Order: sequence, then C-alpha cells, then structure tokens
Amino acid sequence: MPKLNINGEVRDVAVEPDTPLLWVIREQVGLTGTKYGCGIAQCGACSVHINGEVQRSCSIAVGDVNATDLIVTIEGLSAGASHPVQKAWAAVDVPQCGYCQSGQIMAAAALLKKNPKPTDKDIDEAMTNICRCGTYQRIREAVHMAAGVGTTGRGG
Amino acid sequence: MNNAVLSNTVLEKETKLSRRTFIVGSAAIAAGGLALGLNVPFAEAAEAPDAPNEVNIWVAIKPDDTCVIRIARSEMGQGTLTGIAQLVAEELECDWKKVTTEGISPGRNLASKRAWGEMGTGGSRGIRTSEDYVRRGGAAARLMLLQAAAAQWNVPVSELTVSDGVITHAASKRSIGYGAVAAAAARLTPPDPKTIKLKDPKDWKIAGKALKRLDTADKLDGSKVFAIDLKLPGMLNAAIKDCPVFGGKLKSYDESKIVGMPGVKKVVRVQDSAVAVVADTWWRARTALAALPVVWDEGPGALQSSATIADMLRDGLNATATNGDRQNGDALKAIAEAPKKLEAVYATPFLAHATMEVMNCTVKLSADGAEAWVPSQNLEASLAALSEASGIPLDKCEIHRHDLGGGFGRRGGTQDFVHQAVEIAKQFPGVPVKMIWSREEDQAHDFYRPISQCKLSAGLDADGNLTGLHVRVSGQSINAMLNPKGVVDGKDMRQLQGLYATPGDAQLGYSVPNLLIEYAMRNTHVPVGPWRGVNTNQNAVYIECFMDEVAKAAAKDPLEFRRALMKDYPKHLAVLNAAAEKGDWGKPLPAGVHRGIAQFMGYGSYSAAVAEVSVSPEGKLKVHRTVLAINCGHAVNPGQIEAQVQGSVAFGLTATLYGEMPVENGRMTHLNFDTYEIMRLAEMPKVETVIVPTYDFWGGVGEPTICVVAPAVLNAVFAATGKPIRSLPLKNVKLV
Repeated sequence: MPKLNINGEVRDVAVEPDTPLLWVIREQVGLTGTKYGCGIAQCGACSVHINGEVQRSCSIAVGDVNATDLIVTIEGLSAGASHPVQKAWAAVDVPQCGYCQSGQIMAAAALLKKNPKPTDKDIDEAMTNICRCGTYQRIREAVHMAAGVGTTGRGG
Repeated sequence: MNNAVLSNTVLEKETKLSRRTFIVGSAAIAAGGLALGLNVPFAEAAEAPDAPNEVNIWVAIKPDDTCVIRIARSEMGQGTLTGIAQLVAEELECDWKKVTTEGISPGRNLASKRAWGEMGTGGSRGIRTSEDYVRRGGAAARLMLLQAAAAQWNVPVSELTVSDGVITHAASKRSIGYGAVAAAAARLTPPDPKTIKLKDPKDWKIAGKALKRLDTADKLDGSKVFAIDLKLPGMLNAAIKDCPVFGGKLKSYDESKIVGMPGVKKVVRVQDSAVAVVADTWWRARTALAALPVVWDEGPGALQSSATIADMLRDGLNATATNGDRQNGDALKAIAEAPKKLEAVYATPFLAHATMEVMNCTVKLSADGAEAWVPSQNLEASLAALSEASGIPLDKCEIHRHDLGGGFGRRGGTQDFVHQAVEIAKQFPGVPVKMIWSREEDQAHDFYRPISQCKLSAGLDADGNLTGLHVRVSGQSINAMLNPKGVVDGKDMRQLQGLYATPGDAQLGYSVPNLLIEYAMRNTHVPVGPWRGVNTNQNAVYIECFMDEVAKAAAKDPLEFRRALMKDYPKHLAVLNAAAEKGDWGKPLPAGVHRGIAQFMGYGSYSAAVAEVSVSPEGKLKVHRTVLAINCGHAVNPGQIEAQVQGSVAFGLTATLYGEMPVENGRMTHLNFDTYEIMRLAEMPKVETVIVPTYDFWGGVGEPTICVVAPAVLNAVFAATGKPIRSLPLKNVKLV
C-alpha cells in the first residue's frame, strides 16, 4: 500500500496511483484546508510544500510521490497559526472569503524560506495564486510584514 | 435545465418597523409555486428564547460576559458579518473583545415567523437594509440589561451607566457585568423598538471604526469548513455533467462502460439535461463520469455563436421599439441639428462569476425531513429549493450554513445546484450525498453577466456644450431570465441600472438638456444573472467612456466637462471631486503615464475613480495607480470598505483586461483559468481608497466601486493612445 508522509505523519493510502495528490489529501487523508480550485495547476488553491518546495497538488499524481517525500499542508505549517506568514495575514486582515488563502499562505511561506527579504518584484513572480476577492494588495503588505519579522517555524 | 432550476425568492416588505410584512414567493417557475405570506411582528419576535441568557433574538449573553450576536445574512468575504456585529455591539454597549457571532439558519428563521427578517445577501444590501433593526435589537438588549440591574439593586434605571458591558451605579459604587444580569433581563418585557433612540454616528465607538474582521482565524490554518469540505458519516460524492449546450437534453449514456470502476455506486439521470456519477469519493466519481459515454440532444441552441448573438444585439441597436426608456427634451432633434455630432458603438461580453469555491451542495433526504449544506447568498431561497425539489414540506427542511468561498451574485436567486443535488440524493434515502461541480462545469453552467452593446450619439453646440445625448442599450435581460415579474408591459428598467432619473439608488449624475436613454431587450439562449455590480458595470463603461470621447471632441478636460453637467447632482460631484483631488488630477505625471477618470452610482452609493496607466511602444498596458472615492452614506468599518474597494479593483480589472466568455456551437468555450484568465497579484495596481461618508443615507459597499474601474482605466488608455476603446476585454484590442 502506498505511503505518504504528511505533516510528519506517515500514512497508508489505498487509492489508484493516478489520483491527484490534492484529492488524496482531501478525501483519503481527510485534510480539507488544501482546496480544489481548477484542477490544472492554474490557481494555486491546492498549494502544499513537498520537500520545502511549493507545489500545486492538483496536478501531481499520488503515484509519483514517494514515502520519503515530506509533504506539508496548511494544517501542518505551524502549531497554532504561529508561522510569521500566518501572523502577518492576521495582522493585515488579509482574507476575505478565505477560500484561496491556504494556498496563498503556503506560497508566501515557501517564498520567504528561500528569499527572506523579497522585493515587490520577487513577490510578483512568486505569488501567482488567484484570489477572486482581490486581496492582492494586502497579501503584498503581509508578505513584507512577515519578512520583517523573519521566518521560523516548520514551513516544510 | 434552466426552467426547472430557478428558485428566485422575491422578498417584499413594508418599511414600517414595528410590523413588517414579508412575502416569500418562489418565482413559480418550477414545480408548483411555493408562496407563503407571513406577518412578522417585530417586538413580539423574541418568543420562546432558546436559552435563559438570550436577551432578545439578536443578543445572547453568557455568564462569562461573552456576547453572542446573531447574524442572518450570509458571509462570502464581503465583511457583512463583522459590520453587523459592530452595529449591534455599538448599541448594546458591550465589550467588543467579548463578541462572538452565531449564524441563524433559515429553518430557524422560518419557525420564528421570520423574526430575523430577510436573509438574502446580494445587491450590497447586507448592512444597508438591516442596519435599523439590528441596531434597535442591540439597543433593546442594552435597555433590558440596565432594567434588570436596576431591579436587582432597587435603584432607578436613570442612575445607571454602562460601558464595555459593565453596568455601574455610581452613587452606591456598585458595578455588575452583563453576564450576571442577562438571565433576569431575558425575562423582562422588551421595549417598543419604535421608542428606542439610536446613537448619533458621531458618538460611535465600535461602529465606524476599522476593526479587524471577526472571522479570520480559521481562514489561516485550514480549519474553516466550507461546504465543499464537509464530511458526514456514510457520505457519498457526486460529479455531474449538464448538456454543454444551454437548453439541450440528455439523450442517453452507456453505463456498461464504467461498470467496475473503483468506488462507483450509481449513475443518475438528473432532471432532463444532466447525468451524475455517484461514488465513494469525488475524484472517483469524476473519473468515472469522464469515462462515461454520453449522447446529448443539443437542441436549437447549438446553432448559436458569439457572431449570431452579436448580430442580434446590433439589430437591437437599430430597432425603434424600446423595452424601457427615460427622456427629457428631444434628443434626436437636438443631435440632428447640432453643429458637431459623435456616434459610437460599444460592446461588453458575457462573463462568468468564477467563484473560487465551485458550486456544490450536500443533501440528505430521510423519512423525517430534508437537510442540505450549501454555500448560499440566499439561505431562504435554498430552503425553498430544497422543499420544492424534494417535495418535503418547508417545516421539515433545513439548510446548514456555510460561509461561501465567493458569491458575486452566483449563489443567490439561482439555486440550480440545490435542485440537482436533491435529484441525486433521492436515489440514496438516508445517505448524505455531496455534489461538487468541476471547474469546467462551473464555467459552462453559470448565469452569466448579460451581454450587451450600446450605441451612443451626442450633439455639441459651437462652444462644445453637450446639447443632446442618445443612449441605446441592446442586450440580454436578467429579469426576463430570473424574475419575469420584473418585466412589466414589456418594460425592464433594470438593464438601465445607473442611468435612472430617480434618485437614491442608481441615478445618472448628469443633466443633459435633451436626453433619451433606451433599452432594447435581446435575449439569447444563454442564462444570465446578477454578477457583482450587475448592470452598472456595462452601463458605466458605455456612459463614462463616451463622455471622454465627447469631452475630447469639445476640446475640454474630461473632469471639467463632467463637472459642467453635474450641478444638479451634488453628491455625485462631491465624490468625483474627492477622487480627482486625491488622484492629483491636472498635476504633472511622469513621461508616458496618463490619467483617466470616471464616476457612477449604484447600490445607493456614489463612486469615482482615477487611474494612471502607461502603454508601452509594443502596446503593453500597465496600470500603475488607482484612486477610488466612495460615499456610502455611513462607513460602518472603513477597513473593510477599503478591502472591498481593493477587491473591486481586482474584480473590475480582471473583467477589463481578460474577461470574456465566447459562445461556439451554443456552448461556452473558456472553461478553466487557462483560457478564462483572472488577474494576478503582479498586475494589481496600487489602490488608494477615499471614503467620504455624508451620514444622511445608507449605501452599499460590496459592489458600487467596481463599475468605475474599467472606464477610468479605458479613459486613461484613450488619453495615452488617442484611440477610444469600445470593446472589452482589452486582451483582444491592439493598443498601438
């Protein structure tokens, strides 16, 4: 039976190997913070970290993921929403409907891990997730704020 | 499908506060008309409190002083939940740090004779049409809590003061928290709401402040349960496909081809046009549905395309009959006799809502009732749809609330997804079935922003004054699709939203000595519906872009040209001036950067925008800065107004740059975000928000500023290139 390491826990998943990782996370593992938005890696609502890289889980077949790959979902990003990105998101009051924000936060956390002091241009290039409510201005502000306090926490 | 799916709840009410008459009428399109007339006495509404600490229907206070504020309206990101709580808390005089909220279900509202009033959340109405009774609810609770403390201490209530939920009797140096007197207060006779004096907004301490939203925490760690995330014991999942051509039918499918696929339970014919596969998980249902051979009877709609629809709209531009108009003077004569004339034809496309959370609905039907879990902008319409589709009486139906992953008008009167989910669940009595649309299905079966064209003609005198204006909108009608009662004697003024003569809601802010505005209804086979900002979006493009063309022909500055026409519209003018001032209108700009300006009114609020853009030699547009001004009467939470204005810019710019839904062979063609592009962060310009409330009315916030974004940007492009943009989206237009 295939195994997945999600948020530090190794789980058995009995599912067809061509099933997208997104739907395994949501339906077999039961973690629903990772969202379905488009299914074609366009919107980023399904963003997770795999070995520290942000990935769009809707377009990765679970059969292509190894048991040794470290998958982190929004639920595993930090304990008690304590990641600097989550704290900045709260401080700036970023979310509107909130549906895309798991993916936005995962994308921002991955950006800051690689680039602790991103410029506006860096943010433009890294933050390509769609937000239909239009929270982009506050996302930018919150990424800068999180960069100001440094990045710690698990983050994948 | 389209005829059978609409449960367009129309709510009408008298404005008298003490005795409201509500009529819930399912728009009688589908199976039998569900119609109930209810008399709702406001003051008596607090019957049978469900807890000893329920002071009244809006406020329950726990012994630890936590104030639970009840919310009837839906939350979809627009911030209404927080704003309404602020209004209640302001009058309640409680400690904001101890406020939590509780959503009211439509079944509970119905069982309480609609004590919580209207639940529909659209038309930017959430706050502006409930502010009065929710504030009175908070104030009544405060008065009862004070009365209870006065009785406990045996002192006159006039000697008590209250602050942050603590009642004080200064003379005896006693104080007590709300939580300790809530049970006693709940037993008192409520005051007559008519006698309650509400606070002057000048004295607001909680309302009017840019407080943080109350509903953020679970959006940060993945714990928020949207309806699409629901997990119930024994739940099955359904994927659905409706005939891709609107009006077509399901002819047949070959179930044998998916027999034995993992997890599949059943294939279900849904109404007369769709097929669903039910499986243990959604991915397996979707996989099997993709493998299921389906034959459609596409019907006559398959002959339609963007080109045939455009031809029909052009016909409407040139016909003489109208489906609604307003006029003063003789515009046709004035234009004919004018020394200088202009004419232009504009066009705007169908647009999909593209909520991030796709349509979904979970239904469980059992012997003793029906339940549904649904993201809804109109929970009572969802309840009515559940009852209609299941045949189970309303009082045995219930809708479980879930905040929406975006609404934008898609999830209000149109409850097609509830009807579908009920049809599927009928095959599995006692088992909850969650139906989720794929993104492709969501794009293919929306109720789209109506398509239209507009011909505008203007006459200028020798001094460049506008002497005549003729506006003829030809396009599809939302009312004809969803609310036939709104079309009276063939007239449908709703498509002229923003161009009205009447004040208060969506009034045109210009005086023209000879004016004729007409609507020619041209309905297509494509379903249409309200799309955030609705018809103000298209009409603002038409009027405001043409205004710049006319100003240029008159050799006048666009701002000055508008101002000269706006003397009779001081509120429109004040907002335009606010945007112009903050937007540095007339001040020097960096080389290559150009400004555009626009103003419009909708949802009771006045909006204006200034945009700064540049167009590269290769024709690439960059929007550098936008300044938006709004007078929404009262500003309940300036921080959330700012958030809505920023969101408006993203929503409006997405439509301006990318938004279109072409029709080929009768079906929609842009079925995912690779072709139906949504603007991303990199293209988001700086947004500066100017809130200029005048405190003499209550206007909306979620929608009004969207419509000025496109014309402000298009006018800036016009300034940059000298070529007017008359057709959207810009991605199809060569700018240089």
